[in-house]
This record gives sequence, C-alpha cells and structure tokens, in this order.
Amino acid sequence: MSNAANLLEVRGLSVHYPGRANWFFQKAIPKKAVDDISFVVPKGKTVGLVGESGSGKTTTGRAIVKLAPLTVGQIIYQGTDIGSLSNAEFLPWRKKIQMIFQDPYNSLNPRADILSILSEPLEIHFPQMTRNDRAERCVELLRCVQLPAEHLRRHPHEFSGGQRQRIGIARALAVQPELIICDEPVSALDVSVQAEVVNLLQDLQEQLGLTYLFIAHDLAVVEHVSDHILVMSKGQIVEQGSPAEILGNPQEAYTKTLLAAVPRF
Amino acid sequence: MLPPMSAEPLLKVQDLSVTFRTGDSATVAAQEVTFSIAAGEVLAVVGESGSGKSVSALALTRLLPPAPTCTVTGSVMLGGVDLLKLPDDKLAKVRGGAIAYIFQEPGTSLNPVYTIGFQIGEAISLHRPEVTDIKSAIQRALQEVRITEPERVANQYPHELSGGMQQRAMIAMALACNPKILVADEPTTALDVTIQKEIMDLLARLRRERGMSILLITHNFGIVANFADQVQVMWKGRIVEHGPVSEIMRTQAHPYTRALIACIPRLGQRRRRLTTLTEELKVSP
Repeated sequence: MSNAANLLEVRGLSVHYPGRANWFFQKAIPKKAVDDISFVVPKGKTVGLVGESGSGKTTTGRAIVKLAPLTVGQIIYQGTDIGSLSNAEFLPWRKKIQMIFQDPYNSLNPRADILSILSEPLEIHFPQMTRNDRAERCVELLRCVQLPAEHLRRHPHEFSGGQRQRIGIARALAVQPELIICDEPVSALDVSVQAEVVNLLQDLQEQLGLTYLFIAHDLAVVEHVSDHILVMSKGQIVEQGSPAEILGNPQEAYTKTLLAAVPRF
Repeated sequence: MLPPMSAEPLLKVQDLSVTFRTGDSATVAAQEVTFSIAAGEVLAVVGESGSGKSVSALALTRLLPPAPTCTVTGSVMLGGVDLLKLPDDKLAKVRGGAIAYIFQEPGTSLNPVYTIGFQIGEAISLHRPEVTDIKSAIQRALQEVRITEPERVANQYPHELSGGMQQRAMIAMALACNPKILVADEPTTALDVTIQKEIMDLLARLRRERGMSILLITHNFGIVANFADQVQVMWKGRIVEHGPVSEIMRTQAHPYTRALIACIPRLGQRRRRLTTLTEELKVSP
C-alpha cells in the first residue's frame, strides 16, 4: 500500500497506565493496555479490529482521537503526526476523525433533545453557521440515517436502541468527518437491528466516501464489513490480513479461538 | 441429545397472557402463550426486543408488578400446582427454588454491597434450610461452575469480577438451590463471543449432569442452533412458530422466523448486504 492511499498510519503505538504501587514491592508496574502496535487504514476502506474485552482494541481507538493518553508512538493522519499535538492544536483533526460508541443508552445526553445533540458539534466546528443553518443541517443528518425530521424535538429516552445508535451516527456525521472510529457500534443491539445499522454504515461509506476503523468482538460482523482485519490480544496485534486469509488460514491460536466462538449453523 | 422424554411435561403453560395498564391505555405484552417443557429439555424462546419473550418468562412466577398495573391470566402448572393461583409466600419458595433465573446483565443483578459468597449463602439458607454447612455448600456451588479459586471468589464483591465471572457466579447462585428449571434470560448478550461460548458450554454441561430443564430466552438464533431441543418464535406477544430446532433451522414456516435467521452475519459468507427484518417481511406475505 502506498503512503498516499493511507488516511491513517499508526506506528509503534503504546498506551501504558501507571499500575498501583504495591505496599510490598514499592515500585509500580505499568499496565500495558496497548503495547507497540502498528497498522495502516487506507482511505475509503474499512479496517476491522477484533479482540476480546481487555485486549486493548477500544484503547487503541480512543488513543487515536486523544481520548486515551498516548505513551509512545506516532499517529500519522495524512502526513501529520497528530499524536504529538496539544488538545487545542488537535481541534481541526477532531473534525476529521469522529467516533461512534458502543452503548447508545449512555452516550447521548438524556437532558438534551436531538436538535441540541446534533447542533453541539456544529457550534464548535462551524462557528460561522447560523441557527437556521444548523437546524437545516440537523434535518439533513436525520434523513441520512433514515429518521424522520419531526424527531428533532424528542429526547434520547423516547427512542429504541437502534434509533439511538442512528442518532449517534448522525452526530458523528455532523462535522463531515473522513474517518469514523466505530467502537462496538452494534454489539448492544438485537441481531435484527444490528443488520439494519451495519447496512446503514455501509451505505453511508459508499455515499460519503468514509473510512472506518471498525472495532468489535464478534468476528462474524467484522468479517462482513472489513477489507482488512487486525486481531488484537493482550495489547498487541497478533495477526492481520484480508478477511479471506484470517478465515481460511488463521495462524495464531488466539484467532482460532475467536473463530471457534462464532456460532455456526 | 438426550433420550426421549417422558410423556408428562414438567412445566405446562396454558393461555398465558400479560397485560400492562398505564392510565387509560392497556398494552398486551404476551397473548395466549402456550407451551410445555419436559424434564431435561432445553426450550429456546426467540424474538426481538419487545416481542414478549422476557415478560412471559417472568410471568411464570409472577415476577411482575402487582395488579392492576399488570395482570397475568392463564395457568402455569408445575407438578400439579397452578403457580399463578399460589399465595405470595408459597410462590416465593418456588422462585429460586424449583424455578431459578439468570439474567442478561450479571453486573446489575448481583447486589454490589455484598460478597459473592454471602449472596450465594443467602439463597441456600432461604431455599435449603436443611443445609448446615453453608460455607462448603458455597464452595461446591462455585466449583461446579468451574471457578478455579472458590475461596477467593467467595470473598470478592461483584465489581471485582469480570462479566464472564459475574455470570458464572449468578449461575452458581441459581443452581445452589437445585432448581428443576433454569430460566436463562439472554444470559450471554452482554458478553464477548469467546465468553459467550464458555457460558453456553457450561450451561450445556450442567444440564446434562443434572437433568435440569432450561428455558433459554434469546434474540440470536446462532446460539439456539447448537444448544436447544425445541424452539418457539415470539412476535408481537404471540408464539408464531414452534418445533424441534433441527426442523426449524431447516425450514421456517413463518416469514418472521426466516427473517430472524437471515439477518445474522455468518462467517465466510461475505454477502454485500445483511438481510433486515423489514426487507424480509416485505417480500414474503
């Protein structure tokens, strides 16, 4: 893969959290949530990141958008190392990289209506927009995720899990991002709703030319959406390849365990 | 698979309906639900959120708000007794005794301020007053769900355990009272796929060893296929299809069942799009 085709390049990323100092040993042993990983995300493609709870996959996604502290390593977004930027310097990149979270119940402010949930990122990243512009954009965003415009005045508790996840997607789309980090976007949903949300994400990718880093523990879903799969275990990438390679010829014992855990029928 | 069951079912549910009332409006959550479970059998109830599957399982032992908010009609026969006609104190003995429950989120169903051991001990002393050595009964319960360090885990609080370990502790608690029927309401939905497999394997083994019946409630046909004997599909509060798992996985009479099976992504299939329920139900009458 040539460099120009890569939207994001992660080099030697580590996230270590300070361990608790032991009364007896005195010295704290750092917890290596992510330990020296490197990968690339090509433009317009979906890279799947799979692993179980505690494997470091969520921390990796969060480190890219500065929601987790980076210990060492480079995060190169279109030629710029965004990992070393301060929070203020990072702001323009935050517009380009958005996130969708796992739990649509906890990631939307329960006191705010949908209009203000969707307007907030616009106020920050597009301060020149008028109130009317923002309202128009919000209606358009709801249309993008196939929700009716009259939902703008409702609050999160009035929606089902699948609808809330659509609102989460609309909020991510609000600032016209290029890369979306989807952190377990469908694992809290029923299988039937899961299918709708996965299809929606794929449609949006086609229409808007989006790039996804798709984080999940379910290999069947990851295999369905991804062009390239990274398998993560204990903070490291243990295997990577195309879906056909990972499925047809898994090398690592851990990948085989993940494959065996998917129900077959 | 187990040998053929005896003719008389262990639990017989007839015309079970559950209605919720709020203000002037009434919502029928489950309507004329009829099924039976034989001893040692696994019955899976499959449906989406809101299809009435959890509500009908909770109604078996009236684990629902009291009338007039919620009315339960029909009959639930267990060993010649209609559970719905039992007074509250007798029913309390059945809950957790003959019929035990495990729920989707072990983190929220365990009491955060008591240790795992205390909570299991509480269940044992309530339902099995004849047990004198509660401490060793707790150890045995934890060992049975393959918790390797039962002494340590018994002294831990729920937040100190992972999701998979919490669910094991829940199962240990449910099984400590030797239930005849275990109602497992989405036992693995909140868990990772690898942990999901471990928990389902554990339930399969416990069922085999104890000859216990399981009522498995789930939205995912994937885990039904390798686990259940019988399956019934619920849609809008009604059972729309039921039969042996092998038959239903092969041919589905109801379009809703077809849709539920079709929407699951399968390894190696690489379809362009996943089938959704609305699409599937639109094309078939």
